[in-house]
Amino acid sequence: MTSVPAVSTPHGTVAIRSENLCRYYRMGENVIRAVDGVSIDVHPGEFVALLGSSGSGKSSVLNLFAGLDRPTSGSVVVQDRDLSKLSREELAKYRLRVVGMVFQSFNLIPSMTVTENVELPMRFAEVERSRRESLTREALDRVGLSARLNHKPSELSGGEQQRAALARALINRPQILLADEPTGNLDSHTGSEIMDMVRAFNRDLGMTVVMVTHERALAERYSQRMIFLADGKLVDDKPNPAMPGARG
Amino acid sequence: MKIPDLTELALRNLRESLLRNSLTTVGISVGVASLVAMLSLGIGLQQLASRRLVKSGLFDTIIVSSRRELRGMGREEERNGPIPGESRVLDEPARQEIERLSNVSEANPDIRFVSELRFEDKPHLTTIAALPQSAKSNDAFDGMQGSFFSSDSAAEALLQKSFAEELLGKTPPLGAPEPNVSEVAKPLIGKELVVRYAQRVATVNEGTASPQEEDFVGTSYSVVSREQKLRIVGVSDLDPESMRGPTRAKVFLPLRLAESLHVMQATDLREVSRAASDQPVYSSISVRVKNPAQIQSVEDAIKKMGFTTFSIADASRGLRQFFGVLYAFLGIFGSLALIVASIGIVNTLVMAILERRREIGIMKAIGASDADVQKLFFAEAGAMGVFGGILGVALGWGIGQVINFGTNIWLKSQSLPAEHFWAVPWWLVAFAIGFAFCVSLISGLYPAGRAAKLDPVQALRYE
Repeated sequence: MTSVPAVSTPHGTVAIRSENLCRYYRMGENVIRAVDGVSIDVHPGEFVALLGSSGSGKSSVLNLFAGLDRPTSGSVVVQDRDLSKLSREELAKYRLRVVGMVFQSFNLIPSMTVTENVELPMRFAEVERSRRESLTREALDRVGLSARLNHKPSELSGGEQQRAALARALINRPQILLADEPTGNLDSHTGSEIMDMVRAFNRDLGMTVVMVTHERALAERYSQRMIFLADGKLVDDKPNPAMPGARG
Repeated sequence: MKIPDLTELALRNLRESLLRNSLTTVGISVGVASLVAMLSLGIGLQQLASRRLVKSGLFDTIIVSSRRELRGMGREEERNGPIPGESRVLDEPARQEIERLSNVSEANPDIRFVSELRFEDKPHLTTIAALPQSAKSNDAFDGMQGSFFSSDSAAEALLQKSFAEELLGKTPPLGAPEPNVSEVAKPLIGKELVVRYAQRVATVNEGTASPQEEDFVGTSYSVVSREQKLRIVGVSDLDPESMRGPTRAKVFLPLRLAESLHVMQATDLREVSRAASDQPVYSSISVRVKNPAQIQSVEDAIKKMGFTTFSIADASRGLRQFFGVLYAFLGIFGSLALIVASIGIVNTLVMAILERRREIGIMKAIGASDADVQKLFFAEAGAMGVFGGILGVALGWGIGQVINFGTNIWLKSQSLPAEHFWAVPWWLVAFAIGFAFCVSLISGLYPAGRAAKLDPVQALRYE
């Protein structure tokens, strides 16, 4: 796995940089400031947790990092590309090649088998069928789902579904993994299994991970850095002292 | 996304809502069936009309005459061509030359004369014409009683019904119901008929020229009165020469027999002063082409040889124009059902967007572009169109077969020959499926555009 071509800054290199990032929504007469002037640098290979209560704006920030949403103002720069300036087509390519996403509700397509779900991003990437099959097997093997290849999501446990989602997120070998409450629908034991996998990808493959969670304990256990959001604003950004190699 | 993947995903999605998509596909197939039924009826009717006209010999026949004859038939040639006196003679070598032209199936001399016929010692005056064996396929002989000539030189005669009635003294008064052809034919078939004619006999010059004969430049002949016995073999209800107007014949002889009789023709007297050869000279020749579409090229070739031609190819062009208009009308009416069905496609796909909103969001989150989503919905619409098209063609073909079968039962009950007036050519099959595919794609435009524009964040929140 190659590391992220980093953005050079006076303070070192960054994988993701947001500057004065804002995302406002209009609800009738009112303007909701979901993200309000957030500036974050995420370094290559770093495991960052975005923490905050419900409605703090952490998922909105993640969607902006994923290129699923566009900022009202400010910028998100990933791999020298300002996401706010990319076309819809370029953003789709960015989501396909640069980032992988896992969600709280797994978001597997219910009518497809595990294999079909995992190989779907490769169809969009126009990977040859023969290569797709071997890569899918390899990815499912890595997350321990070799015995569930032809099962549909409804036939799997929550943990298995999240593992399948993880395999799908990593199938096109992205440099950044964005996880939105990945353990939110799992029991603690299964959640730990999933988080162990995510940490393994981060450590072994040098993958940059940005995880949204509201569980501080989970963030302290796995992330190198914790960023706290409240009412769309960044309120704290500190290294996790419990983790070796955390940046100050 | 590659086309095989797109097709695979589209078919999978169609299978997911099998009942709804099947009903939409059936709707398309009904539309296509209506289109196929309408157009195949039009094509079948045109083919039937063409077959009938080809069988009548009207559309594949060119009447060729020397420019010395039939003045006024070709006004343009009369103005621009050589003067009649210098134009070519329509003799046997010319006939053979015409017969050798490409796309010509045969060229037969028109032998026609007015003569006295005796039947049971009663004289009857009528026009007699020669017919080649190929005239057997003429639809005028379809309902004929008896049989066609046994050979091209048999001493046999075919009668037209009205002359047969005259022979029997049964000509119905004007307005009275016509007797059945079988009633007329029964007492005549196998009976003998004697034709009296003027035979042209070439004179042999033995060198004993009188002073007047010093000016002799060509051939000479004598005219001898002859008789030929003929056996009546058939009576035709329809008139094989209906287009010839007052000169049409009522009695027909085999062509080779008629040639061997050397009957004095109207042109003989004039040709004796012109023709330098001793070959037979004809007043006109009937040329049959292999395909009515080639009639114009054959006519042009014959005109270049220096003869006057006449055909009714223009009428067939008019016929094609008529059927073109008929196709357009039938196509429009047939397409109406397909247009209604296309609204069904729009409805089905819009429903699919609502149902699969979250799925679209997931696909976009993992890297599907707007174009991928749009193409996927297009492929689903196109697949429904193709399936509906195939099913519709089969249904339309089935409807045609049933109607054809039912109509033929009715025709049989009316003692009429069975007809195949329903035709589904391959181009119609391809056109119908292609048309259904295109209509479906057009129907998919709006839903596919709407699906492609879905906001992934909103779509992922959708439950």
